[in-house]
Amino acid sequence: MSLTNYLVLASVLFTIGATTVLLRRNAIIVFMGVELMLNATNLVLVTFSRMHGNLTGQVMAFFVMVVAAAEVVIGLAIIVSIFRTRRSASVDDVNLLKS
Amino acid sequence: MHSLFSVAVQTAPATGALQSGAWLLVVVPLVSAAILMLAGRRADRWGHWLGVAASSFSFLLGLGIMFSLTSLPAAERVRDLHLFSWLSAGTLTVDAGFRLDPLSLTFVLLVTFVGSLIHVYSVAYMEHDRDRRRFFAYLNLFVAAMLLLVLADSYLLLFFGWEGVGLASYLLIGFWNHQTPNAVAAKKAFIANRIGDLGMIIAIMLMFATYGGVDFATVHGHVAGTAPGTLTAIGLMLLLAATGKSAQFPLQSWLGDAMAGPTPVSALIHAATMVTAGVYLVVRSAPLFDAAPTARLVVVIVGAITLVFGAVVGSAKDDLKKALAASTMSQIGYMILAAGLGPIGYAFAIFHLVTHGFFKAGMFLGAGSVMHGMDDQVDMRGFGALSRYMKITWITFGLGWLAILGVPPFAGFWSKDKIIESAFVPVAGSPWQAWVFGSVALLGAGLTSFYMSRLFFMTFHGTRRWDDGSGAAPALAAGTTVDLRHQHPHESPRLMTVPMIVLSIGSVAIGWLLSLGSGIVGWLEPVTGHVAHEADPVLPVPVLMTVTLALVAFGILLAWRQYAAVLVPVVPPRGSVLTRAARKDLYQDDVNDALLVEPGTYLTRSLVFGDHQVVDGGATGLARLTVGAGSLLRRVQNGYVRSYAATMLIGLIVLVGVVLAARI
Amino acid sequence: MSAALLAAATQTVTTSTAEEVLFWCLAPVMVIAALGLIFARKAVHAAMSVIVVMISLAFLYVAQDAPFLGVVQVVVYTGAVMMLFVFVLMLIGVDASDSLVETIKAQRWIGWIAGIGLGIVLVGVVTRATYPSMTGLATANADSNPVAVAKVIFGDFVFTFEVVGALLVTAALGALVLTHRQRLTPRIGQKERADARVAAGGSLTPLPAPGVYARHNALDVPALDHLGRPLEESVSRVLRIRGQELGVEQFQAPALPSATQTPTLEPGTEDQA
Repeated sequence: MSLTNYLVLASVLFTIGATTVLLRRNAIIVFMGVELMLNATNLVLVTFSRMHGNLTGQVMAFFVMVVAAAEVVIGLAIIVSIFRTRRSASVDDVNLLKS
Repeated sequence: MHSLFSVAVQTAPATGALQSGAWLLVVVPLVSAAILMLAGRRADRWGHWLGVAASSFSFLLGLGIMFSLTSLPAAERVRDLHLFSWLSAGTLTVDAGFRLDPLSLTFVLLVTFVGSLIHVYSVAYMEHDRDRRRFFAYLNLFVAAMLLLVLADSYLLLFFGWEGVGLASYLLIGFWNHQTPNAVAAKKAFIANRIGDLGMIIAIMLMFATYGGVDFATVHGHVAGTAPGTLTAIGLMLLLAATGKSAQFPLQSWLGDAMAGPTPVSALIHAATMVTAGVYLVVRSAPLFDAAPTARLVVVIVGAITLVFGAVVGSAKDDLKKALAASTMSQIGYMILAAGLGPIGYAFAIFHLVTHGFFKAGMFLGAGSVMHGMDDQVDMRGFGALSRYMKITWITFGLGWLAILGVPPFAGFWSKDKIIESAFVPVAGSPWQAWVFGSVALLGAGLTSFYMSRLFFMTFHGTRRWDDGSGAAPALAAGTTVDLRHQHPHESPRLMTVPMIVLSIGSVAIGWLLSLGSGIVGWLEPVTGHVAHEADPVLPVPVLMTVTLALVAFGILLAWRQYAAVLVPVVPPRGSVLTRAARKDLYQDDVNDALLVEPGTYLTRSLVFGDHQVVDGGATGLARLTVGAGSLLRRVQNGYVRSYAATMLIGLIVLVGVVLAARI
Repeated sequence: MSAALLAAATQTVTTSTAEEVLFWCLAPVMVIAALGLIFARKAVHAAMSVIVVMISLAFLYVAQDAPFLGVVQVVVYTGAVMMLFVFVLMLIGVDASDSLVETIKAQRWIGWIAGIGLGIVLVGVVTRATYPSMTGLATANADSNPVAVAKVIFGDFVFTFEVVGALLVTAALGALVLTHRQRLTPRIGQKERADARVAAGGSLTPLPAPGVYARHNALDVPALDHLGRPLEESVSRVLRIRGQELGVEQFQAPALPSATQTPTLEPGTEDQA
């Protein structure tokens, strides 16, 4: 089996994650889409690590995980505080960017 | 030409406490001006004395410096006092420094001596003015700026002082600016001066472009070998500056209106000192003009035109101060003419400048005294027979009158006759010049005699043309129907008469004093160069002198016959065409309006139209385009984060697509 | 290029059949679960499907000679991150579900087109690219994978590691700050509750228990006070409303025939009198 399969799988997962971000309005689900994209990139990193026989890729995936954990903590905190003030978890309600 | 400088003049650093302290000459009046302006009303009681003290201090210090120079041999009398490094911009480095030499010190002494006297005079003259303190602040500012002008060792620093005196002049002309005509007169003087300043700026730029420096040493030291065209251009631009400041043709129109200022201002700034700055500039730039005969010829022509112009205007004016202003214009015309004659004339220009400073300031102060006694009236047709009521004013004014006429042995005789003689000295290559300019100078002497005698007789002699309150009707010219003004002429207080007396003594003696020994000509030699006796005037000197005196006598007689022997009409008669023109300053304002102001107005209007239609149209069109594009693009900015994410993603796809397309 | 590396490069490492089987079992599951993220109506279902994807990924990591990452994936993602998600879902409300009506004009179309376009571009790039032949991690993982990864992390990337640690601490602090709620009202303690009850004029003591002093101590029998009068509030409010309260008459003390004449008097006022 070629390692390309893994890459294709990662691409598909990434695409699904991105599409989730575009289509869903629940902030938590959108956020899960982002996590899915991160996981897809991790799969790519691990695959390339194996392809090149170099562990740096895995280390990079590890750092991605750590950073993603930090990001999740902050992101969810933001979602919670927004939900508290606006009683809504919809990303479309947070449109203060427009005036 | 440079062989004329037989004395090998070397500039040397200033030595001694007096010379090193020369900066105090400028700083003390400046600080005094600052104190007077900042101290406010609490300085009202003593402020004027501070002004007098500051000016007197500068005079005493100037005197000390002069004696420190006279104790040196002539070749060492040019001293440079370096103050500080002023500008350093790229290749242009200008150091602020003073040049102490006979020329600058002559000016320093004239400015501070006459200035101090006028300060004293003003203490009494301005006594009833609420803003006397402010007046003294401006006077001190003027003294400081004028000293900076004459002491500067570079054209740039000179220009600084040049602008400073312009500012002081503007402030003082418009001192009573609550009356619109005064403010307008101040503005007119300022604008006319700006045109001259433009010439100065261009000249400085040309110097920098040509010589890489603007200090006297650099510029004057490299004159040899400069293209004649450049030299002529610099000379003409400097002349333009001089015409602006010295009220010479064609920028002369502001001086008459400048009489709107208080009379001491007219005496100090618009007669004795500031208006002579143009002469100073030409003489100071002697090495430049020596090498530019064309520019010098233009200088002479300008001087000659102004000489006659001022004299003609002065012969028709009934306003005492304006007549004196016209006379000033004419006399400065003499100086400019002399300065344009080249090395033979420089010293005489300065000589006449000094004597003129004395007698004209004296006469202006006399005019101020007359106005003081006559309820600020200036129309000479309402004067007459004042000699009985103002004895001191009459005598001092009379001495000044004799001096300006050039009657021996009064001051004007010594200086003006020399200028007339110099004008008759033939110039190699163009014999017509001597005859033309000599005749003009000679004619000017006769005209001067006429208009000054007219002024003098109308004011002090003849019958009184005012109501003295006694009920006795004075003898009047036939057909007078107007009511006479009620007047109580009286002599001015001591503080005013003393300066007038001092100046009148100067009017009598200064010419003779400065001719003792080698005189002022010898004193100025380190600056103006030694003139070997090159050529004689086209007519013998005794003949010239006789003719001059005869013309003067004729002028006096004519004036006597018209304005003293007969009854002078209170209402000016219609007069000849020339008289009417001269009363209107020979239509110079109309000419200015027609030639400059109206085209300028039209140009401005068309520019405004163009601005509205084209520039604004373009600008607003662009703005509308932007607004339109913005309102379209605004729809994209809907504030929804998902929409932005979609944009990003599409952008990414397009980007990758483009990269891939480029690779394939 | 040294000869050893050349030799390593030329020796081809292939995937095992077991791995292939594993991949083909997991990949469809993962894609379907991931699609659940797009289509699931409820957020909890979406979260569960993401967990499925993540655990499957852990399997794939292990299969790809990255057992350390596989474990970390389970611990960090499914153990911490997804639990956090579920926890927040609980806070916000499990029921919160999207309305399916799209609010942004054409966003759905744009989303689908962009998604499909991205998929085509990505898959196209990935499949058409030329890769070097697989080297495999056998050499790198000689000392077991965690040891080798640790050597890289604490060797080349130790500074990054420290920075990431600082980031995590900062993130924790940030979460505290973000979710901290400023107290707007005074804190309600026991004292404040008691004060409030007194201010409301209610009874300070517990209500009397039913049946006390009555001849019967069932729940529906009112208690009697010291004068033998029945106490209405001793019977549960529910029973009273339902009308299941027993009559007072049959349980009151017989020694007080006139007790019914004074029910309007409050017990307290009588005491004071």
